[in-house]
Amino acid sequence: MSDSKLLIVEDLHVTYNTPTGLVRAVSGVSFELGHEKLGIVGESGSGKSQTGRAILGLTATGGTVGARRLAFKGTNLLNASERTMRQIRGGGISMIMQDPKYSLNPVMTVGSQIEEALLIHNRTSKRVARERTYEMLRAVKIREPERVYKTYPHEVSGGMGQRIMIAMMMIPEPDIIIADEPTSALDVTVQLQVLAVLDDMINERGMGLIFISHDLNLIASFCDRILIMYDGRVVEECNAAELEQAQHPYTRGLVNCLPRLDGGQDELPVLKRDPSWLTTPGATR
Amino acid sequence: MINIEGLDVVFGHGKNSFHAVRDVSLRVEKGQSFGLVGESGSGKTTVLRALAGILERVARVSGDMTVAEETQLRHRSQSFRRRVQMVFQDPFGSLHPRHTVDTILSEPARVHKLDRIEQRVVHALEEVGLDASFRFRYPHQISGGQRQRVSVARALITGPEIILLDEPTSALDVSVQAEVLNLLMRLKREHGLTYILVSHNLAVVAHMCESLSVMQNGSVVETMSVQQLREHSSTMPYTQQLLTASLGYDRTAIDAFEEFA
Repeated sequence: MSDSKLLIVEDLHVTYNTPTGLVRAVSGVSFELGHEKLGIVGESGSGKSQTGRAILGLTATGGTVGARRLAFKGTNLLNASERTMRQIRGGGISMIMQDPKYSLNPVMTVGSQIEEALLIHNRTSKRVARERTYEMLRAVKIREPERVYKTYPHEVSGGMGQRIMIAMMMIPEPDIIIADEPTSALDVTVQLQVLAVLDDMINERGMGLIFISHDLNLIASFCDRILIMYDGRVVEECNAAELEQAQHPYTRGLVNCLPRLDGGQDELPVLKRDPSWLTTPGATR
Repeated sequence: MINIEGLDVVFGHGKNSFHAVRDVSLRVEKGQSFGLVGESGSGKTTVLRALAGILERVARVSGDMTVAEETQLRHRSQSFRRRVQMVFQDPFGSLHPRHTVDTILSEPARVHKLDRIEQRVVHALEEVGLDASFRFRYPHQISGGQRQRVSVARALITGPEIILLDEPTSALDVSVQAEVLNLLMRLKREHGLTYILVSHNLAVVAHMCESLSVMQNGSVVETMSVQQLREHSSTMPYTQQLLTASLGYDRTAIDAFEEFA
């Protein structure tokens, strides 16, 4: 069965050794990813971004990653050489970061950055690479690819910057995209337009997506399946459409404490944290 | 309580000038909460800052503003500054990193020459649900939600009638957002406060306010009651699109989105 799975994560732990003691950022996360859109939702500090980074071996120095199994299409990522990891990063699994302002190289033109991503993973001529870059910019709904190719990141808007980032991550044709709050810095309408671009490309190419966000409504409407994380663990897993029927008190608390457009609440129910959530084993699968 | 007529704000001069707010008028009754919504760059925060009187040095502000039956001149009176307070978006940037909570809270009281400062500080902390042990901590020693409570306490200390809220919860987790919104609602009830709330989140505005204005490119597109917003009875395409977008991801709806420039 594991053949159809792109990624298998079993009992993933990320710990940081700090002057004040051991910090467990992720403690025992397990999931599998197929050709689907998987959402990871949680509040700040829940370990959702740390999970994404650990998969790509991007855990900051001082952090230790351990797992029973961490496999991408049969390749064990835990003992992979740095050389293999470099091929997987970008070529097999790539990551879209939150803010294009900080994640694009400010002194390289947009076009050469996208091209670089392609040339590192594929052997093609400069001319073909440039054509592919234009094509990619068109695919992310950028109207004048020839003009945008020559611009620098500071000359484009946030929405366009994020489309450029998607283009750059898509061009080596990875199997998995990890998107860490890819649209949180954008206005709502722009956010949805950028997600539509991402959605269409994932469907066309049959990729897997891990979508990390704090926005419950967005994840529920965009993804197929959701993992809810709390304090480094997955407390619940459910189908996106069934979030309203979620069982775990933490998930229920998160859903309920959102103000609703249709109103009807005088006071918002406040989430009461139960210490037992920290000790009970994670969600059953 | 608040009446703004034909407000215009222009930053810069000549070729480099930017017309941030164009002919905005709004009216807020005493004890009401009024929402200003719009996307980034729509001018909603600039309206709030112009009303607070903190733009005069950096921009050309014109139009008539009346607050509590007092016409506001270029230089605001001391009593205006006491009666109108502001809470900012980012609790990390708006509290002095090297001042203790006690210093942060007593400063406005000292500026306005109030008496019994220590009692006021303790009382303000109590009002926002923090105990007196927070007085001698620094901002970096407390959580984001607690920091935003300190910002609210700082606004309360002068005994204001109007609080201007600029995205007060958008930097917070949803569970903390719920606590801060509940706190703001309770304070409004207990003190009869008037709020203007700037937010990009329609659900937050629908929860907190009775009426709202939708802004786009510096102008008010539409002013309506929250009831009308809930019933989707808006007539303006821009408002309708914003409303659709705030309901979540819907692939087919997105293709119908228009560019409003």
